[in-house]
Amino acid sequence: MTKNLLEIQALRKRYGSVEVLKGVDCTMQQGEVISIIGSSGSGKTTMLRCINMLEDFQGGRILIDGEPIGYEERNGVRVRKSEKEIARQRALTGMAFQQFNLFPHMTAASNVMLGLIKVKKMARDEARSVAEKWLERVGLGQRADHYPGQLSGGQQQRVAIARAIAMNPRLMLFDEVTSALDPELVGEVLQVIKDLAADGMSMLLVTHEMRFAFEVSSRVIFMNQGVIGEEGDPKVMFLKPQTERLAEFLKTSSFA
Amino acid sequence: MGYTLNFSAVWRSFDQLLWGLLLSLELAIGAILIGAVIGLVTAFGLISKSGWARRPAALYVTVIRNLPILVLILFSYFALPQMGVRLGKIESFVATLAIYSGAYLAEVFRAGLLSIPNGLKEAGLAIGLTPMQIRTSIVIPLMFRNVLPSLSSTLISLFKDTSLAAAIAVPELTFEARKINVETFRVVETWIVASCLYVATCTVLAALMRMVERRLVISR
Repeated sequence: MTKNLLEIQALRKRYGSVEVLKGVDCTMQQGEVISIIGSSGSGKTTMLRCINMLEDFQGGRILIDGEPIGYEERNGVRVRKSEKEIARQRALTGMAFQQFNLFPHMTAASNVMLGLIKVKKMARDEARSVAEKWLERVGLGQRADHYPGQLSGGQQQRVAIARAIAMNPRLMLFDEVTSALDPELVGEVLQVIKDLAADGMSMLLVTHEMRFAFEVSSRVIFMNQGVIGEEGDPKVMFLKPQTERLAEFLKTSSFA
Repeated sequence: MGYTLNFSAVWRSFDQLLWGLLLSLELAIGAILIGAVIGLVTAFGLISKSGWARRPAALYVTVIRNLPILVLILFSYFALPQMGVRLGKIESFVATLAIYSGAYLAEVFRAGLLSIPNGLKEAGLAIGLTPMQIRTSIVIPLMFRNVLPSLSSTLISLFKDTSLAAAIAVPELTFEARKINVETFRVVETWIVASCLYVATCTVLAALMRMVERRLVISR
């Protein structure tokens, strides 16, 4: 049996008295591209954010390469790991956000270099050449010295993806990366993600782009009210949904 | 009006005024540099979740902002030595002005820190930066850019406040002007020239700060 890259076991997450994740189980192999779909409030973004500890979670475990993320048992008590350890574990994954979140006071290249220098302890010159290589890969080699404010939304999102990928993560997390983009800029970002998928990058995507999820995913997860409602091969999921809820959701979504 | 303006006596002592002006500038810059460090630490205290950090920071800001600065200056110079803290005139004044400006800057920085979008901190976390690295590489540099206009008006206020150092005989611009006034009896001329020096310096300071702002401003 191949070792799982990602293993989520009985994941539970509460905001105050509202339980948004009610026991999510999921495994993922190296090289898989999994799209997470579902209506807003179904917990898909929260699940993604638990994987890199941007959200604390109250129950269950998340393992990357068998290593428990965020929490450990000490004398039978579940405790949060140290900030330093969590920071190290966060670097196992890369994340691209809906709002890009580029550092506005740094050029595209410096955005990519920051993590390489501070986290990977790379020398400046080396970091610069790694940054240039990745900016080239996302089609922005000519824009390395531009500031985020001088770039279009699509270009900013591609820089943000380069910033995450340059850290050489085990797994990429994409959180609705095209939702904030003008329609004509969506394609260039999806193309970058497709290229990464073709390279064998393991990816978990929360997305509203059903057509894209259909084309690029090896598996689709449908989240419904804090649990996985249905999962499987995109062709089956989209063309022959097994549950009422998924069928309903697909009808209201843009997939046609 | 039987007063005839005659500037010649003031011109003869003009270099004294310039030395005074230079000291005034040094006092203001020294105070804002130290005050900025105090203000930054205090601002992080003010936004801290821990009451142990927040309460002393809030107390410091409240006390200092409710004290007249002249009282603070006289207290530091005359009362503190009685309590065993002995500082020279200049050191005492710079320290006082730094503590004073620190309280004001703390509020400015606090607002600046709160204006940094949470998403940028999350982006820092996501690439594996520690909270401290996020502070030094992202939050503080962006905060300074946001508050530059307030920082510039604080610097100008502080520069004007240095005239209060005359009260403890620090030989800055106002002190020198008063000395020339007493020595030459050219009352009107002396204070006209001193006033012009204050106005000119403030104008130049404002222009310099605007240049810095323009260089650092972030196009969005």
